[in-house]
Amino acid sequence: MNSEKGRLLKINILRFDPHIKGDKPRIETFEIEEAPGMTLFIALNDIRQHHDPSLKFDFVCRAGICGSCAMIINGKPGLACSTLTANMDSDISLAPLPVFELIGDLSVFTGNWMRSLNNRLEAWIHQHEELNIDQLEQRMEPELAEEIYELDRCIECGCCVAGCGTIQMREEFVGAVGLNKIARYQIDPRDERSDSDYYELVGDEDGVFGCMTLLGCEDVCPKNLPLQSRIAYLRRKMLEIGLKSNTEVCSC
Amino acid sequence: MKIIYTDVLVIGGGLAGLRTATGVKARGYEPIVLSLVPPKRSHSAAAQGGMQASLANSVMGRGDNEDIHFEDTIKGSDWGADQKIVRMFVNTCPKAIRELAAKGVPWSRVKKGERQAIMNAEKVTITEADEAHGLITARDFGGTKKWRTCYTADGTGHSMLYAMDNEAQKQKIEVHERMEAIALIHDSTENQQQRCYGAVVRNLMTGELTAYIAKATTIATGGYGRIYSVSTNAIICQGMGQAIALETGVATLGNMEAIQFHPTAIVPVGILTTEGCRGDGGVLRDVDGYRFMPDYEPEKKELASRDVVSRRMIEHIRKGKGVPSRYGDHLWLDITLLGREHIEKNLREVKEICENFLGIDPVEEWIPVRPTQHYSMGGIRTKYSGESQTLQGLYACGEAACWDIHGFNRLGGNSVSETVVSGMLVAEYIADYCDTKDSKVDINSNTIEFFIQQEKDKLDRLLKHKKGEDAFALRESMEQILMHKVGIFRNEADLESAVKELQELLRRSRNIAVKHSKSKAANPELVNAYRVQRMLKIALTVAYGALLRRESRGAHAREDYPERNDKDWLKRTIMSWPDQNSTMPDVNYETLDVEEMELPPGFRGYGKDITIHHPASELRQQQVMDIHAKLAEQDKDRFILQNTLMPYKHLLPEKYRGKNERLNERFPDLNNNSAAKGSTDE
Ligand code: SF4
Ligand code: SF4
Ligand code: FES
Repeated sequence: MNSEKGRLLKINILRFDPHIKGDKPRIETFEIEEAPGMTLFIALNDIRQHHDPSLKFDFVCRAGICGSCAMIINGKPGLACSTLTANMDSDISLAPLPVFELIGDLSVFTGNWMRSLNNRLEAWIHQHEELNIDQLEQRMEPELAEEIYELDRCIECGCCVAGCGTIQMREEFVGAVGLNKIARYQIDPRDERSDSDYYELVGDEDGVFGCMTLLGCEDVCPKNLPLQSRIAYLRRKMLEIGLKSNTEVCSC
Repeated sequence: MKIIYTDVLVIGGGLAGLRTATGVKARGYEPIVLSLVPPKRSHSAAAQGGMQASLANSVMGRGDNEDIHFEDTIKGSDWGADQKIVRMFVNTCPKAIRELAAKGVPWSRVKKGERQAIMNAEKVTITEADEAHGLITARDFGGTKKWRTCYTADGTGHSMLYAMDNEAQKQKIEVHERMEAIALIHDSTENQQQRCYGAVVRNLMTGELTAYIAKATTIATGGYGRIYSVSTNAIICQGMGQAIALETGVATLGNMEAIQFHPTAIVPVGILTTEGCRGDGGVLRDVDGYRFMPDYEPEKKELASRDVVSRRMIEHIRKGKGVPSRYGDHLWLDITLLGREHIEKNLREVKEICENFLGIDPVEEWIPVRPTQHYSMGGIRTKYSGESQTLQGLYACGEAACWDIHGFNRLGGNSVSETVVSGMLVAEYIADYCDTKDSKVDINSNTIEFFIQQEKDKLDRLLKHKKGEDAFALRESMEQILMHKVGIFRNEADLESAVKELQELLRRSRNIAVKHSKSKAANPELVNAYRVQRMLKIALTVAYGALLRRESRGAHAREDYPERNDKDWLKRTIMSWPDQNSTMPDVNYETLDVEEMELPPGFRGYGKDITIHHPASELRQQQVMDIHAKLAEQDKDRFILQNTLMPYKHLLPEKYRGKNERLNERFPDLNNNSAAKGSTDE
C-alpha cells in the first residue's frame, strides 16, 4: 500500500444484454488506474461510476461470503469481490459464468438454478418428530457438528458448476454443489432419510455416477470445500446401495 | 396491468422475512417473499459471530436466564428499548435457537472436560460438565454478563440463513427473486383508517412493474447502513424498506439517528471482523503496541458495549495514539495470542478476510481496524405485534423495524436473534390479523392503477431527462456528509450543516437524469437513480433526528451534550414524511414510561455517571426494590417477581409463552405439551 501512482489496468469484459434487441456479444476494454488494495469489486464499480453506468454485475456482501459475484476471471471461475488486482497481470479478462441464465454482462441468474437444484434434492432436514422448543435441544457430538458445518459452508456461488466438464454434456447433472449437499445431509443424524433415499436422488448418471472426478470443482471452490473426498465417499456409499439392490433383482 | 394476489406479502428474503413467511404458512396463509437477490445471499449471512440465547449450557454461561439477558439488553440499549418487547424477545430466544437446531443449523456444541481459552489476555482452563456434553455452547460477547452467544464456528448467520431458506423451500413458499418493492399501495378504509394493500414491484431483470396485493404486507429489508460511505453492511442495505414506508406519508420511522458503529472493521474497505475476535480473547493495541482499553474501561476492557469501545478507540486516536496510514489513522486488533488452531477453526472467516483483502495472516500479524457504521437500531416504528402504529396492514420486523429491543445500542449477538424471534412472533400476529374481517382486501383497481402509474411516471421522468444531476455524484456527497458530520461523535454545528446540505442534495435529486442507458430493463444506472432519491430522505431522518436529540444515549454521542438526559430525552424520535414536496420530515416524540419499567433507568457502568435523571426514576426504583424484598420474604420465584414488576406474557402468542428448560432449571409438569396448549404460569 505505498506506490503513489497505480498501474494502468486493462479490464476486458465480455458484454451482452439479452434484453436489448439486436445486441451482440462483444469484448469491451476499460482502462482504469489501480488503487492500493483494489479488488475486482472496487474496479468494476469504478468502471460503472466513471466509464459506463450500464455495466451489469452482482455484488452483495463484497466480502467473499454470499456467493453473488462468481464470474470467469482470466479463464477461471472465481469470486470477483475477493480477487485483489495486485495479484494479477494488468491485462484482466472477465466473462459471465456459463451454464446459468444470463441477465446481462457479468450478471447471471444463479438463484433459480440453485433453487431448482435444492428442490430436486430436497436439500432440507427430513424430520417427522414433533418438536417441543421449550425443552432442552437434542444433543450432538461436537465433532459431528463441526463436520456438518464444514460441508454446510457452501455458498452456492456456482464456481464448481461453471468449472465442471460433466455439466457441459449433461444438463441435468447436479454438480459438485449438489453432491456436496447430499453428503452434508447424509452425515446429519437429524435427517431421517436413508442411504437408499439418497440413492434415489443421486444414484445415477445425473448424480454421483456422472461425475468424472477430474476435480475441476475442488480447484475452483472459493470455500475450499473437500469436494474430492466427499464425492468419493458418496460414490462408495451409493455403489454399495446400487450393488445391493442389483443383487436383489438378480436373486428373484 | 399485472396484479398478483396473495395473503401475505413479505418484502425481504433474509432471516426475518423467511421466518415470517414460514410462520404465516404454518397458520394456513399463503405468503410471497420478494427478494432483491437470491435469499441465501441476504445480509443475514454476514453475521459471523453468533446469536444470543440464554441456554446456560456452557460452564461460562451457568446461571444465565431470561432475567440476565433482559438486564444486559436494557442496559446495552441505554434504557432506550421497550422493556416489554425485550421481555418477549428474551423469552423466545431459546425457543428460536432450538427450533433452528432441529431445522439443521449445526450449532457448535459443548465438549465435556477441560479446554484452553484466552481471557483478559491470559490462558485459562475451562472445564465443561459431563451433563452438558453435546448441548449448544456459547462464546463471550461484549456487554453481556454471561457467555451467551451461540454460534456455528465462524458462520452463524450463513448456517441460519441456509437452514431457514431450505425450510422455506420445504414449505413450498414462493420466493420471487430480483424483485424490488418501490412503493407501498395504500388507501383509506371505510372507517377512515389508513391501510396498506401491498406494493408496486419492479422486476430488476426485465423492468416490468407488477402490483402485489395482500391482506398484510411485511417489510423485512434490513438496515440502512449504506447511506454512509464506509459500512460493514452488504451493498444492498440501502434503507429502501424504510424509505417506501416513509413515502406513504402515513407510516412512521423510529429513532433513525440511532446508528451503531462496530469497533473492528478492517481498514480501508470496512469489512467486519467479528466481535468473536475479542470475545475469544483478542485485544486492541495502539501505535505503540500498547493495550489501551483497560485504561479506559478497567472492568469490561475490550468487551465493553460496542458503542463504548468505538468511542474509546476514537478518543485514543484523537490523543495521537492511532496508527497513521494513507486512509487515516487506525488501531490494531491482535488475535495472534489465540493461536493458529483456534483461529483456523472458530475465526476462519476472519482469517480469509485478512488474507483476501489485506494480504496478511492474522495468526502472525495484527489487523488494522477502525470503528465503522454497522447497524441501524432505528427503523419502521411498530407496535408489539410488528404492525405499523399508523398504517394498518403494514408490518415490519428484523433490522428494518424499530420494534425496539435495541434502543440506542444493540448488543452483539442480539441482531440475528431478533431476526428470527421477531419473525416467529410477528408471523403469529399477522396470521391473527388475517383471521379477522378487517384484513379483507377491498381496494378498487383504480387505486392500484394509480399507484403503478405514479411509479411509471417517476421512472420515465428519470429516463427522459437528457441533462440533469448525476446520481452517483449526489450519492457520494451524501455518503461523505454522513461519514463526517453524523458519525460516532456528533455536534450541533456539524449536524446543522449536514441537514442543510442533505436538503440541498434532495432538492437536486429531483432533477436526476439517467444518461448512459435508457433501458427500462436491467439498468444499474436507473436503479441507482431512484434509490438515491430515497436514500436521501432516509439520510435526512438520521441527520435531523441526531440534530434534535440534545443528549448522549448509547451510540448517539453528542460532544456538546455528553450526558444522558432522562429528564428530557427518555423518548423515541418518531418521523413521518407527509408532504412529498417538502425537504424535511415531520417529527414527534413518544415518551417512555418510567413507571412501567421493570428495570428503571440507572447507571450503565461505563465511565463517570453524569446522567440527568428522570424525576420518576428514583420512585420507581424504590417500588421495584420493595417488591423484590416483599416477594423474597414470601419465597416467590423469579417468574412471579417478574410478572409482578411488569406483566408481559399476555402480549406473547400463546404457543410461545412456555418457560424455557435448562440443565439446572427444569419444569417437569409445566412444559409437557406447552407447545400445544400454551402454559399458564402466571
Ligand atoms: S469432479 Fe465431478 S463434479 Fe467436480 S468438476 Fe469434475 S465432473 Fe464436475
Ligand atoms: S461447492 Fe464451492 S464452488 Fe460449488 S457452489 Fe459451493 S461454494 Fe461454490
Ligand atoms: S459479493 Fe458476496 S461473495 Fe462476492
